[in-house]
Amino acid sequence: MGQKGKCEVTTQTQCSKKVEEIRRVCREVRKNVLVMIGTAGSGHPGGSLSCVEIISTLYFGVMRVKPEDPNWPDRDRFVLSKGHAAPTLYAVLAEKGFFPKDLLPTLRKFGSPLQGHPDAKRTPGVEVSTGSLGQGLSMAVGMALAGKLDRKGYRVWVLLGDGECQEGQVWEAAMAASHYKLDNLAAFVDFNGLQIDGRVEEIMNPSPLADKWRAFGWRVLEVDGHDVDALLEAASYASESPGAPTAIIARTVKGKGVSFMEGQREWHGKAPKGEELSRALQEVTKS
Amino acid sequence: MKATREAYGEALVELGREHPEIVVLDADLSSSTMTSGFAKEFPERFFNFGIAEANMMGAAAGLARSGKVPFASTFAVFASGRAYDQVRQSIAYPGFNVKIAASHGGLTVGPDGASHQALEDIALMRVIPGMTVVVPADAEETRQVVRWAAAHDGPVYIRLGRSPVPDVFPQGAPIQPGKASVVKDAKGRGFGEMRPGGERDGLDADVAILANGIMVSKCLEAWELLAAEGITSVVVDVAFVKPLDEKTLLELAGRCGAFVTAEEHSVIGGLGGAVTEFLSENCPCPVVRVGVRDRFGQSGTPEELLAEYGLTAEDIAQAARKSLELKRAE
Ligand SMILES: Cc1ncc(C[n+]2csc(CCOP(=O)(O)OP(=O)(O)O)c2C)c(N)n1
Repeated sequence: MGQKGKCEVTTQTQCSKKVEEIRRVCREVRKNVLVMIGTAGSGHPGGSLSCVEIISTLYFGVMRVKPEDPNWPDRDRFVLSKGHAAPTLYAVLAEKGFFPKDLLPTLRKFGSPLQGHPDAKRTPGVEVSTGSLGQGLSMAVGMALAGKLDRKGYRVWVLLGDGECQEGQVWEAAMAASHYKLDNLAAFVDFNGLQIDGRVEEIMNPSPLADKWRAFGWRVLEVDGHDVDALLEAASYASESPGAPTAIIARTVKGKGVSFMEGQREWHGKAPKGEELSRALQEVTKS
Repeated sequence: MKATREAYGEALVELGREHPEIVVLDADLSSSTMTSGFAKEFPERFFNFGIAEANMMGAAAGLARSGKVPFASTFAVFASGRAYDQVRQSIAYPGFNVKIAASHGGLTVGPDGASHQALEDIALMRVIPGMTVVVPADAEETRQVVRWAAAHDGPVYIRLGRSPVPDVFPQGAPIQPGKASVVKDAKGRGFGEMRPGGERDGLDADVAILANGIMVSKCLEAWELLAAEGITSVVVDVAFVKPLDEKTLLELAGRCGAFVTAEEHSVIGGLGGAVTEFLSENCPCPVVRVGVRDRFGQSGTPEELLAEYGLTAEDIAQAARKSLELKRAE
């Protein structure tokens, strides 16, 4: 990875404080994600838990946003292209103060602003509506193009699933992003190796994924997607790479933090019940 | 009670044993669309294309061109929306023999919310030339429709549901795919009690209620509500939105002279659209449509959503009263 560490501009102590804070947020988010899905009785724990560090690091260590003014024109943007990880996004947004945390347990309930998949019209801080996979990167390209046109300094961050990279639209967007030299755009791939029907490489193998992004004109980093330090460093590299968008392939574990969910495809779209939920909560609060 | 997607999965396995030319395609949803049973029994004839619905539809076209009978499955929003152009250009335009079995149609998808609730798919598919569009009401009808589709030459769109629905037809009922089925006549006789071509006098009623999918059983409830206030009705399952059973519609227009349509879909372009288009050109009479009024769905339980969007038995009864009023005012 590049030489530019995140600590160049800050002192070591400020830096480790930031990392500590993000780790605390991650613990809180994991717990809330489990409670939310458990209370809803449906949802997607596996792919929500695999991206906790990525989304938390972005909102608490990288992006400039104003929770009290969610549509602040200069804000950095985040697009959750793998919309089924909505619980993680909601928990992070609530932690950041976009809306009260007591809304979290209303996830997926009739009348709730927290829809099963992100709904830009209902939830403060949600940029675009996603849930139909493969569309987020295109919308992010549009936002990044507008940023260039308006000579704004904001950055656009996207999170894709590795299974999601099977959608052709992802690659149409990837081509456009490098064509327009969108260096204000970066995409994380939550590389947890699983989709619904099984292992990504067995269902429809997108590998070598890093080479594909490179071939589409992107800069590519590969990081441990649960290592906050590494994620911060990758984000800072992406922010300082002129001329091209950056793809950050984040190696993750689906269901991360809950032993019986880790790497298990059954937990893609199943809510933990009773005993399972309390065991899961115990594990994520301990860690 | 059984979900129509479950009946689809079972029917595929049965058909797979009889017809080696049947192949099944899915897009990473085989455990939800229920193609997983076929995948298990006939792994060499099952193709998972991953999360790439457009590509799946294109490949289905190629398989059909090469003599296979492909059943391609994903959620209805993605089958009709994401892959619309491929369905139109690659499948329907050349008239290829592809069966699109789309699960999770309508609001009763529930908590996943609007992004996963197809309320426009029937309109989108119906407008494509040569496409047959079917919305079976229950497990038995699904089984028979899937069987019919496998034997029929040409593209077919079959919409299936996520949630279990009450049985409307007894097992082995002599359903005639393509023909509308009277599931309850004005005298209260059910489908099994009327021989095909038998007594037609039960079709003389104040209002004819046409429905498909989950709404058929809701209409049967509405029949009771109406009967209690002295309004006679016939409930007709119009699973085939296209081609429409025009003969039965004309007969009902003559005998009842007032209609209600009920569907788990937008009132624009679906069953209600098809019926009003046909009647206004051939035998104008009042048609009141029950369906989603130009809105997107949202998260909630199936029952909460059906109530919020006006798809309950009471909504159907109310529509019947209105239709009757319009008829009397004529
Ligand atoms: C267009 C589209 N097709 C299918 C689905 C159904 N679906 C939801 S999640 C999922 C699997 C996603 O796998 P991946 O992108 O690897 O995400 P993760 O494993 O991180 O949850 C699928 C197929 C969808 N939401 N959108």
